[in-house]
Amino acid sequence: MGEIIKVGMADLKTCKAPDGLITLGLGSCVGVAMWDPLSRIGGLLHLMLPDSKAINSPTTKIEKFADTGIDEMVKQLIVLGANRSRLVAKIAGGATMFQIQSRNDIMKIGERNVQATIEKLNQLNIRLLAQDTGENYGRTVTFFPETGEFHIRAIGHDNKII
Amino acid sequence: MAEISLEQMTDTYADVLKEIGNIGAGNAMTALSQMLNCKIDMQVPQVKLLDLSNVATIVGSEEQLMVGVFLGVEGDISGSIMFLIELKSAKVLLKKIMMGYESGLPMLDEMEASAMQEVSNIITGAYLNSLSSLTNLVIYPTPPSLSIDMAAAILSVPAIEFGVLGDKILMIQSQFYDEVEIDGYFVLIPDVDSYKKILSSLGMM
Repeated sequence: MGEIIKVGMADLKTCKAPDGLITLGLGSCVGVAMWDPLSRIGGLLHLMLPDSKAINSPTTKIEKFADTGIDEMVKQLIVLGANRSRLVAKIAGGATMFQIQSRNDIMKIGERNVQATIEKLNQLNIRLLAQDTGENYGRTVTFFPETGEFHIRAIGHDNKII
Repeated sequence: MAEISLEQMTDTYADVLKEIGNIGAGNAMTALSQMLNCKIDMQVPQVKLLDLSNVATIVGSEEQLMVGVFLGVEGDISGSIMFLIELKSAKVLLKKIMMGYESGLPMLDEMEASAMQEVSNIITGAYLNSLSSLTNLVIYPTPPSLSIDMAAAILSVPAIEFGVLGDKILMIQSQFYDEVEIDGYFVLIPDVDSYKKILSSLGMM
């Protein structure tokens, strides 16, 4: 067994098998696992918002957004030695933690994050192999580039592997 | 009016928040102690500006089970407010309020959840009232929504709203004691325009 590297909120980490990557308590955020199955080099991104272009406040964290975060992950994976054309992805998260009717725009952020993530992956021609998204509960996810397994743990729900 | 970022306005705003937090939490504790019919002590609330990436560290760990109650804020300002409390602490508090009733469930049953929303209503209401009377702005909360989950998952909601403004999140930690120590947390999340309104109504801009 390798080391398990922790990924924070609005954060991105990459590794080589046998190491793994974990992010704790994904709520409305989306966790994107991406890897090259042959070189077994992978990354995990914990993104918070769909679109960097929709926000005009200055930020140094490109990992915060689906568009810039995924671009950065692809870049870092290639630097580590992954083959761009072999990259595949799995995603989890994007839950709606609270139901408030009058404020749909903010409350639907999970959904919008998932949508933006899928769009970005499509645009980059990166195949989405599996997803466990939506619902109303938080998820802790662990990703192993060794096997491509994405382990999902949630309170009051069975553990699953996608 | 010049554009200001969350980071720039932080020092002054943190002071304001601390003061409002103090008064608000004081009012909230008075309300709570009347409800519980006992004395409750509290500490001076701490205002913390945290990096988004380690927001959950304030409450202990990311996977800590928390009860989060989320309310929208409407009126002259808009945004949201959230009250967070550890599930363990919440159960102690609820048992007292409900005169010994406890469901014994790992989470909360319907009665407990409803009582928890009521407690959060009182606490956040007291908080918003102090903000409102200090600023002369009309501020009222929308009905509460409750979630019991991992701390990081609950905090992702305010973190995302702060994420629109910058890379930091402002949290107010208020500790209160009864027979046991209870940690409660507030997150007040006004939108950018509301920040300006709050500061200018206090004559700080």
